[in-house]
Amino acid sequence: MKDDIILCFCEDLTREEIRTAIKNGARTFDELKRLIRCGMGACQGKTCEDMIQREIMDITGQKRDELPLPRRRPPSVGISIDDAGRGDADEE
Amino acid sequence: MLETDLAIVGAGPAGLAAALEAANRGSNVIILERDEWLGGQLIKQTHQFFGSKNEFAGMRGVDIASHFTELVEQEKKIKVFKGATALGYYEDGVLTAAYKRGMLKIKPRTLLIAAGALEKMIPFINNDLPGVYGAGAVQTLMNVYGIAPGERVLMVGAGNIGLIVSYQLMQAGIEVEAIIEAAPQVGGYWVHASKIRRMGVPIKTRHTILKARGTREVEGAQICEIDENWDPLPGTEKEVSVDTICLAVGLSPMVELLWQAGCQMQLSPHLGGYVPVRNGNLETTVEGVFIAGDVAGIEEATSAILEGQLAGLAAAQKIGFEVEEEKIQSIKANLKTLRAGPVGEHIRQGLAGVER
Repeated sequence: MKDDIILCFCEDLTREEIRTAIKNGARTFDELKRLIRCGMGACQGKTCEDMIQREIMDITGQKRDELPLPRRRPPSVGISIDDAGRGDADEE
Repeated sequence: MLETDLAIVGAGPAGLAAALEAANRGSNVIILERDEWLGGQLIKQTHQFFGSKNEFAGMRGVDIASHFTELVEQEKKIKVFKGATALGYYEDGVLTAAYKRGMLKIKPRTLLIAAGALEKMIPFINNDLPGVYGAGAVQTLMNVYGIAPGERVLMVGAGNIGLIVSYQLMQAGIEVEAIIEAAPQVGGYWVHASKIRRMGVPIKTRHTILKARGTREVEGAQICEIDENWDPLPGTEKEVSVDTICLAVGLSPMVELLWQAGCQMQLSPHLGGYVPVRNGNLETTVEGVFIAGDVAGIEEATSAILEGQLAGLAAAQKIGFEVEEEKIQSIKANLKTLRAGPVGEHIRQGLAGVER
């Protein structure tokens, strides 16, 4: 083991990688997402969001109730283009 | 496109209770459930519920789940889609779900989100080693599939979930090395904590985990004391020899679809995170969109059942089905009784900030 602390398990991002991106100027979860893909994997941020928001707060001094949240839009979990394109599922 | 009077996301205690009440008043109901079974977290609850007034006191969670499942499956007005994961709620009031390698589209007259909660995680070194589990996964392995997660466990978190899962681990013949808790006191009920203490398991408050040890899987953990700012106290590090680390560090309401719906949300640490602002009938600021269970604020199964009943009735009433006002008032009174006393203090405080 490399003694890493993983914050985003889906995209395999360590706390160090996330802290570096914040120190380089990212101020919100969505900015981090565009830079390093955190929260863009299978769980869509459901596991990492709180831990990453805490890192942003620690470094930038923002308070939790004023810290912007990631934008929520469908789909809330991954779906293949093939399945989405198939339209109505078997409705029996 | 499917049409229905009420669509419910989530077939845990809240969703099932709501479906039965709404159908009983004449509503057609569609339930979307991500899992292949109904009952939500209840199916993992091998312990008996307590409480004095409600009808389920003394029953095991898993039996409450079967009871509800049977009633729901007999009810012709309820259509259940198992293995259906809700994906989105759009401005034209259409709900979508991934189902059987395609997509369901539903246009409900009212919507109830009863999606439950997510487990929180905490960062520590090597937290991705096999052998690090959330408490929900440990319960699934043990109580649903009959698989022991390991032989010696470090439990992180002394809330009710941490305490109950520790007890269940011991019942399954698995050793619990210690329970550590960052707060200065046990968060769960004292009756659970003292039972575990009597069985010889230390509960160490003001402690945290610093690292998991091991090369291919967990072989141990390093824990330490923390100060009043929750920072590790140097020199207090201690090694424990375990093959499993179980995290029971809290839950957050699964409110994603409510953000998508445009509900007004409010940060409430007492209720577990961001939750929707609601009225006394559990309707959000988006007309016709209701909430019940952990989505409305982290509590437990009994309050989820009562909230489900209330939301199911209120949703039926909303679209013109007849509902006796006394029934609604009696559920509200039961909820109030359940939340009375010191244990419900944080819930009462949380609700005071989000009810309009």
